[in-house]
Amino acid sequence: VIDAVGNPQSLLLLGGTSEIGLAVAETFARARPLRVILAGRPGERLDAAAGRLRTAGATVSVLPFDARRPETHTEVVEKAFADGDVDVTLVAFGVLGDQEAAWTDLAAAREQVEVNYVGAVTVGVALAQRLRQQGHGALVALSSVAGERARRSNFVYGSTKAGLDAFYTGLTEALRPDGVTVTVIRPGFVHSRMTEGMPAAPLAQTPSQVADVIVRAVRTRQEQAWAPGPMRWVMTVLRHLPRPVFRRLPV
Amino acid sequence: VERERGQRRLLTGWGRTSPSAATVVRPADRADVVAAIGSAGPRGVLARGLGRSYGDPAQNSGGVVIDMTCLDRIHSIDAPAGTVTVDAGVSLDTLMRELLPHGLWLPVLPGTRQVTVGGAIGSDVHGKAHHVEGSFGNHVRSLDLACADGRVRTLTPDGPDADLFWATVGGMGLTGVVLGATLHVNHVETAYFVVDTDQEPSLDELMARQADHDDDYVESAAWLDVVTTGPNMGRGLLTRANHARVADLTKHAEDPLKFDAPHLPSVPDVFPPGIVNRFTARAFSEVWYRKSPTRHGVVQTITQFLHPLDVAANWNRIYGPRGFLQYQFVVPFGAEDAVREAVRTIAHSGHVSGLNVLKRFGAGNRAPLSFPTPGWTLCVDFPVRSGLNELCDRLDALVLDAGGRLYLAKESRTTADALQRMYPRIDEWRKIRAAVDPTGIFSSDMSRRLAL
Repeated sequence: VIDAVGNPQSLLLLGGTSEIGLAVAETFARARPLRVILAGRPGERLDAAAGRLRTAGATVSVLPFDARRPETHTEVVEKAFADGDVDVTLVAFGVLGDQEAAWTDLAAAREQVEVNYVGAVTVGVALAQRLRQQGHGALVALSSVAGERARRSNFVYGSTKAGLDAFYTGLTEALRPDGVTVTVIRPGFVHSRMTEGMPAAPLAQTPSQVADVIVRAVRTRQEQAWAPGPMRWVMTVLRHLPRPVFRRLPV
Repeated sequence: VERERGQRRLLTGWGRTSPSAATVVRPADRADVVAAIGSAGPRGVLARGLGRSYGDPAQNSGGVVIDMTCLDRIHSIDAPAGTVTVDAGVSLDTLMRELLPHGLWLPVLPGTRQVTVGGAIGSDVHGKAHHVEGSFGNHVRSLDLACADGRVRTLTPDGPDADLFWATVGGMGLTGVVLGATLHVNHVETAYFVVDTDQEPSLDELMARQADHDDDYVESAAWLDVVTTGPNMGRGLLTRANHARVADLTKHAEDPLKFDAPHLPSVPDVFPPGIVNRFTARAFSEVWYRKSPTRHGVVQTITQFLHPLDVAANWNRIYGPRGFLQYQFVVPFGAEDAVREAVRTIAHSGHVSGLNVLKRFGAGNRAPLSFPTPGWTLCVDFPVRSGLNELCDRLDALVLDAGGRLYLAKESRTTADALQRMYPRIDEWRKIRAAVDPTGIFSSDMSRRLAL
């Protein structure tokens, strides 16, 4: 149960090596004893993530999870909830990849869509059933400002995040009567493994800055948040710019 | 009652934090309660009264919650013997109004009358009379408990099931569902109090005054200012009273047992967060302190003296959508420094609280989870905002160091580990509970959160 001041007791991280997700878990673990379930592809990186959270004082278990295999998602979610209530769930997996390949190569496009959109939706459906039974909880999905207005440079990624965003925004309404708060987080550019080597955009964030936004959203039961906060107003302007202007912008 | 007939609803405590969804069933009679227990699913079942506990003890997320206010009959009043037999869902408000014309008085009334008898037993509530009357459980002569096995047991404080009786008193509804009870009540001549008010300019003077002759009064509690810092830190108003006798009344002597509760309209749910802030709390504390200079022998009504908040329904809404929490602890006599340190910590924290109560508890009772123990109890309430977690954790450490404890009816954020150390008899209680409910059918958000 998330207590009156917003401390959870358990957390499920789907995308168990997500730098943002791990930073969220670390922050919560500092305030209260925290049980963490890391769901991700088994391997060294996942083990290292588990080690990092154990160092932060969390009780960690690891669960094999592949976003590309939707047929397994119900089972994965069942296993994640097997040891008791899950107070916070983070849907924090995703791929970016080569965005030129993504709109010219069919396999590359499909990979993006299957992981970022299909996987996020199937996992969301499985989570929703479990959270409704539980009658409480926070479900946080990592969207992106890339989904708010398609850009020439990353519109396949943007389209997957737009789909994810719409799904989880709708899910927010669907799960409200069941005591579950669904939060859609829209970060701008984040310095992470995913964006390594890419030129940073204005208002770029570190994973721990995004994590702070997520922690605050969970504690205050916010249903949507941008990272950083002012990005909301930037995007509001960008969404309304006429195309001839927008395409000239260095974004 | 079949589960299917229940209604899925979002529930919170009075603090309006941590909402969760449960299937709420409304029983028509005792058999419906037993049926609801029998058909409990994997998330269990829990009784709920008027929802005045502040945190999550009356929520059962994903499970069944039985709305006990449906069982609200007063079965019999035996005025000469001073006993009353009621259903668990009767509110103390209703009961008090029925008892007064008979010249009868509930010895234990908490800060609001809007609680049920079942809830008063489950939380073992106390009032301003604790130092004389003890807590609610002290006045329960017998109670009927619907248990996990579907049986209804009649329990008495000294009978063969005394262990289960005392585990149910203060047991937060986790031993079963209290269906009804027989209570001991006092005789009074009037519905009024003769009140002595002492205005004290500092915490030390307030505590010294309260320690002096407290036993001359049946009711005693102090309001104190936890916003002001400096030499006037913890200044307050000590109000102590005895029941007025007919001879004490000048104005109301022709109808000494008459009780009129004024009712303001319900507070609307329109307040943004932050209404209770440093400025409003400081202004409130100043006015509240100034309005009551030292005066002795003033005749006051029940509402004036005991339940000023009961005039407005839903007053909890002024704290805005994020809600608020109450923090109430007791530390033993001799640990006065812990009280001072707590007030200092709060006053310097930037977190504000207006409705603060300081009181001296008398002897505790036999219930393993009953809150009151001899000592000082301080109660404050904070609107939820960032940094409150850290403040409350600091206060927890102070309370633990002083050998004190928190009140479960108000608890909403501590840890299972802290609670374990606060209640040394908690394992004894767990054993009694496990014997009568081995699979844990009775469960609540609080029981999951604190591993009760």
